[in-house]
Amino acid sequence: MSPDELVEKLNTIKSSLTQFEQLLNNRIYLSCESENCFEINKFLFQELKARFVIATAIDCEQYFEILYHYSYDQTGCVINLKCFIRDHENPQVESITPLIPAAEWIEREMHDLEGIEFNNHPCMERLILADDWPEGEYPLRKDWNHEKEI
Amino acid sequence: MNWKIWSLKKSPWVFHVNTGACNNCDIEVVNCLTPKFDVERFGVTLVGSPRHADALLVTGVVTAQAAPRLIQAYQQATKPCVVFSIGACACGTGIFHTGYHVVGPVDKIIKEIDPNAIIAYVPGCPPKPEAMISGIVKTLNAL
Amino acid sequence: MKKKYKLPIIASGPVHPLQEEMEFFQLYIDGETVVDIDVRLSYNHRGIEKISESLQFDQVPFLVSRICGICSASHPLAYVQAVEEIAGITPPERALYVRTIINELERIHSHILWVGLAGHFIGYETVFMWAWKYREPVLDMLEKITGNRNNYGNVKIGGCREDLPEGIEAEINPILDQIEKKMDMLTKAVLDDPILHARLKGVGVLKKEDAVNYAVTGPTARASGIPIDVRRDDPYAAYDLVDWNVCVQEEGDVFAKAVVRLLETFESIKIVRHAIAKLPKGPIAVEVKEIPPGEAIGHAEAPRGETFHYVRSEGGNTPARHKARAPSYVNVPSFKASCIGEKISDVLITLAAVDPCYSCTERVGVVDSHSKKVIYDFDRLFQLSREKTEKIRKEM
Repeated sequence: MSPDELVEKLNTIKSSLTQFEQLLNNRIYLSCESENCFEINKFLFQELKARFVIATAIDCEQYFEILYHYSYDQTGCVINLKCFIRDHENPQVESITPLIPAAEWIEREMHDLEGIEFNNHPCMERLILADDWPEGEYPLRKDWNHEKEI
Repeated sequence: MNWKIWSLKKSPWVFHVNTGACNNCDIEVVNCLTPKFDVERFGVTLVGSPRHADALLVTGVVTAQAAPRLIQAYQQATKPCVVFSIGACACGTGIFHTGYHVVGPVDKIIKEIDPNAIIAYVPGCPPKPEAMISGIVKTLNAL
Repeated sequence: MKKKYKLPIIASGPVHPLQEEMEFFQLYIDGETVVDIDVRLSYNHRGIEKISESLQFDQVPFLVSRICGICSASHPLAYVQAVEEIAGITPPERALYVRTIINELERIHSHILWVGLAGHFIGYETVFMWAWKYREPVLDMLEKITGNRNNYGNVKIGGCREDLPEGIEAEINPILDQIEKKMDMLTKAVLDDPILHARLKGVGVLKKEDAVNYAVTGPTARASGIPIDVRRDDPYAAYDLVDWNVCVQEEGDVFAKAVVRLLETFESIKIVRHAIAKLPKGPIAVEVKEIPPGEAIGHAEAPRGETFHYVRSEGGNTPARHKARAPSYVNVPSFKASCIGEKISDVLITLAAVDPCYSCTERVGVVDSHSKKVIYDFDRLFQLSREKTEKIRKEM
């Protein structure tokens, strides 16, 4: 598939996106709200056959952003899906692990470090923080500071 | 010199503990054993259990999760036991000193359970195998 | 870690006697067959992403090169590419070539290191000692170029920190010839050995569909018939300016992974030769004034697979968010697909085949869940692995 065909194919899901940006020839940024996030991930992974790379959670103080990074290796294009979670107090999103086993660890990591709940995750145990780390302390949130720790 | 120290200085057996290092120091430790440096010529050998060891080679910053395991390994080692802090991370947590998951350095953790522990430092990121060998030789001579 | 089944478990780790990191594995076993596998991380979690938010843009490469000591050229390169994308900087051509040379030398030494350790795990000590001996000249070369055997710290935003030393071309080629000759001998010894065939073929197979689902990268993916390589798919540094091939095998077993790594070593030697021959003259860095607000990703092919960095800038001196993903992060969970159904004596080499942090595989103990008595410890497992090799040798 050529880069143009890729963009064309992505246009079929345009109704559920809030933004479509192509910054460089092979860097595409899509934005969506958390309700549509699972469907779009499903499209990218199953229809487009893009490779799941990783996800990044970002605390933007009023809301959370999760970036799902996909790589479309045939053209070397990296597709970044930005999913906005508007509820900062109680962030929740549908887990994509049942769909993509590769996402298991990163969702557990985001749960540990940013406190985002992933609904329907098969095994939400602590992964990256120590056994004696206090509950409810999320080190990658912007309002967390080091002095408060343990 | 009591006989325990005297026997420690002959053919020290070492046990390697990684407490959150980046592998650099660890592969350099293994490098010491392979043909170019080959410390087994001098009777220094890596052993599979801290109970057999005269010295612990500790690499890494000591993360919150690794600290209890380091303490356990130290308690299991036969005493007297020399603790070598290998690399900048183990000596003083290095570039990671502001990390939230870092509780080290190594000497702080070891001194908490044994104030009289013998601790030697081999700085460098990573220290070259020559530096490690020289560190071991200097420490044994100073005992 | 919670216990999922009422089966005996093999607890593996976290402290292991020989080398590398702490990691904790639980293998659920039924008889001699592995039924499920659980992993606990955190022993190595240093909070690099948070520390990175407090460092300036040009200090971060030193931090990320310490994510992994063996991939200490690829991580900074991926990060620097992301920042260069934000600021719209194009480094001079000579810098691209220098980056390529350092990255490929790193790949050579890392792959030789893996061959040695893999030999060690199946009781082939000769390969271990040979491989680590042949690796030394590469490290000496890297020391000559960058000043350190590992952790090179040579890449910076806008180019490179240090140029290649004078007259390096004359020195590097004989060393490459020497390594190529030795590796040729080693490759033939490994690939033609009937014992290794019997021991490694069909063991720890990662099927193609599993490889897709677990999104594995690097040699692990290429050995399962997925022809991906960031160097070719999304060229960076000077990889599109030199001539080389992607090595792919279809089988997905341990032997295929070994073949991919061995063949890649020769490709890397070829790349370094080409890059040295074509090395253009000129500056090695451009001046960088400021990093504007923006976001970008950078990825590079490390010896173990794709390293991926995402950087967001808000116009300040420090990154607003920096995400780093190392290749083992996606390769290690694929054990769930490749180890299940294997015999215990094959688990060591299957785990090692991904080239993770070797850790765990070194201190394995089988604990009976009823009596809590240790049945097998690491030594026993190691012995099992070796006995199997020995048995095959005798049968031939």
